Amino acid sequence: MWRGRKLSSSGNRFLGVLRSSCWGTQAEGARLTRSAENQFSWTPQSKPWVFSDYKIMWFKSYRMTFACLNRMKIYRYPWTRLYSSQSTVDSSEIKTFLALAHRWWDEQGVYALLHSMNDLRVPFIRDNLLKTVAQHQPGKPLSGIKILDVGCGGGLLTEPLGRLGASVIGIDPVAENIKTAQHHKSFDPVLDKRIEYRACSLEEIVEETAEAFDAVVASEVVEHVIDLETFIQCCCQALKPGGSLFITTINKTQLSYALGIVFSEQITGIVPKGTHTWEKFVSPEKLESILESNGLSVQTVAGMLYNPFSGYWHWSENTSLNYAAHAVKSTEQEDPVPEFVFKGETEELRHKDSTNPGVQEELKK
Amino acid sequence: MAARLAVSRWRAAPAAPGRGPLLSCRRWSGAKADTVYDVVVSGGGLVGAAMACALGYDIHFCDKKILLLEAGPKKVWEKLPETYSNRVSSISPGSATLLSSFGAWDPICNMRYRAFRRMQVWDACSEALIMFDKDNLDDMGYIVENDVIMCALTKQLEAVSDRVTVLYRSKALRYTWPYPFTMADSSPWVHITLGDGSTLQTKLLIGADGYNSGVRQAAGIQNVSWNYDQSAVVATLHLSEATENNVAWQRFLPSGPIALLPLSDTLSSLVWSTSHDHAAELVSMDEEKFVDTINSAFWSDANHTDFIDSASTMLQYAVGFLKPTKVSARQMPPSVAGVDAKSRVLFPLGLGHAAEYVRPRLALIGDAAHRVHPLAGQGVNMGFGDVSSLVHHLSAAAFNGKDLGSMSHLAGYETDRQRHNTALLAATDLLKRLYSTSATPLVLLRTWGLQATNAVSPLKEQIMAFASK
Repeated sequence: MWRGRKLSSSGNRFLGVLRSSCWGTQAEGARLTRSAENQFSWTPQSKPWVFSDYKIMWFKSYRMTFACLNRMKIYRYPWTRLYSSQSTVDSSEIKTFLALAHRWWDEQGVYALLHSMNDLRVPFIRDNLLKTVAQHQPGKPLSGIKILDVGCGGGLLTEPLGRLGASVIGIDPVAENIKTAQHHKSFDPVLDKRIEYRACSLEEIVEETAEAFDAVVASEVVEHVIDLETFIQCCCQALKPGGSLFITTINKTQLSYALGIVFSEQITGIVPKGTHTWEKFVSPEKLESILESNGLSVQTVAGMLYNPFSGYWHWSENTSLNYAAHAVKSTEQEDPVPEFVFKGETEELRHKDSTNPGVQEELKK
Repeated sequence: MAARLAVSRWRAAPAAPGRGPLLSCRRWSGAKADTVYDVVVSGGGLVGAAMACALGYDIHFCDKKILLLEAGPKKVWEKLPETYSNRVSSISPGSATLLSSFGAWDPICNMRYRAFRRMQVWDACSEALIMFDKDNLDDMGYIVENDVIMCALTKQLEAVSDRVTVLYRSKALRYTWPYPFTMADSSPWVHITLGDGSTLQTKLLIGADGYNSGVRQAAGIQNVSWNYDQSAVVATLHLSEATENNVAWQRFLPSGPIALLPLSDTLSSLVWSTSHDHAAELVSMDEEKFVDTINSAFWSDANHTDFIDSASTMLQYAVGFLKPTKVSARQMPPSVAGVDAKSRVLFPLGLGHAAEYVRPRLALIGDAAHRVHPLAGQGVNMGFGDVSSLVHHLSAAAFNGKDLGSMSHLAGYETDRQRHNTALLAATDLLKRLYSTSATPLVLLRTWGLQATNAVSPLKEQIMAFASK
């Protein structure tokens, strides 16, 4: 009964891919801020094809045939999640994001890959956090856990974590992203209370609230950061002792160059040229060494593979493309380093077990 | 702007007249504007109530808000009525498992039900028959009155009323669907306008409102349907003598199948699908004549022809030669002595199948998605199967923190169920058409087919397994 529809909708999809790839190339260049507004005026015109597809076999037919091209394009957008801080922002990466700031929540659109990746990363984060908790409330397994989502974009990962009961702060340097995220969560009263968004950098958060989070999530971020060492240090500072750091990123291998750069950007042209920098990809070994040297002990590294035909991600033994890592901050500080002075003091104060009200204020900070 | 308005689907239905005063279980005004329900089930029949119950008892739905909308009044029983209701369902073991998963099976067992261990299906035009039973004579299924199931479900819903709100006498008039992704200021939720003018918002709407589903029509989902030229007559019959009565009997007459389902040692339920005229006649004829008609329908060999008889004997001989089987001689159903007054009712039959079971923020279950001929006793079991599958997908989605209305898991439910339901629907329709004729070539074909199927035990087991899900 539904077979007849697949042909017409995949035909529609092909047109849609052509249109969106033209749209993608338009987003390049100096007319970016203007084109951001053009995107808004584009939407009513591009709607007819969106809604004619919406009427017929939505999700299933989308995954067939020509969706593969669209998938490769989407494959790269997650990683232009850019990162801002005084030292780690890359302004060239901001531009591509701005153009698509309102497309975050289209589950079938450019960010479909990220939506799909939630099937892997949310259970990954949830299960590893539940190991640290003795008992959890059914229905709200992560309740009482404070999470910082660095580079949250439109809140794709922030919202599921909020639904599971955690209190999440999502930060992103692109104000448009935060605006989209804020707008999206405003409709759900439960999420509205549990999630807070801020358009700021990681350094700014760490200045305000060091050692405040049970978990820090940096999903599809570290491949866009200029200084990985500083970034990891800041993440570590934001964590409580014993807190967890979750990272998902892309490996720096020939395969990731072939598929992520050559195929997506240069051959098919779905991804605008220059958006990915292969040199900034991080191998798991390098990541592990940086994590270990900052006092984070790596618990898990697992490969993730995307199947463009089905649209689903899978766990894999192979980490040569995408991978996820989980590290835990050690509970003891060995050498207090200048930037960790504050933390070192609180450790000493705890050891002294003082009831001095002045000290208690220090502890409360 | 115009494009946006064109997309939202509006369906105005005539407002039901004479709505009674609001029941105290409605919570409105202050909370209303802020409350976004996680799931709203529209339609409180067997399948809709089972869905609401299953979600209410699901561990991952602990802090979610569920609402069940039922257009009719709440049915309460102080005690079980002595007379049996004439609407009964055959509950498969799979459905019984679902009901027991939220504790509704024990109340049913405490009220009344009848397990049957064997099923005999035979033809009126030949000697061919097929006998289904489980190896160790386990229960194949259960015959339970629909009212009993409904009562058990209501009881279980009351027990979980902090999570599941039930609104009786509430008919949804209009549904407003959200846009595919967030547009400035448009609500991403489904809005439901009720008869009293109030509006609900929900993240997922489940349509369980029967084969004339308002939800399905409002969503504009195509429905492949046709009416059979048959009506079903149901009645509660008194048997002439008390027997063990744990066998379900079905005979295919040229006019349609007649089935006798055990209710107790002395009572059985009749489901006779026949032409509209004959059905009307059956319902209006006097009791004695009705009883005689039933008995002769089961016992008479008037439709047998010599040709078919000899053909079937030949195949039986061949089968016996190839494979020494236990002799399944045709057994005769118990004879009927009387019928409960006022228990004769008729209702029309048809087939229906929705082209899509799901849309963003919408899922159809039960008769809203598929409507089937009662000859296989699968209608409500397919509905319970839908409930089982959808609860499984929603539970996993809730545990992953997903948006409940997201197509990613709804599409999984649709694939699961369409595969199963389409096969069953096609098979039932095929059987109905095959057995509606007394043309010799087809009779020969089905006689031999039935005999062959009866001889091949693995095939019978597969059929039983498929139907028990």
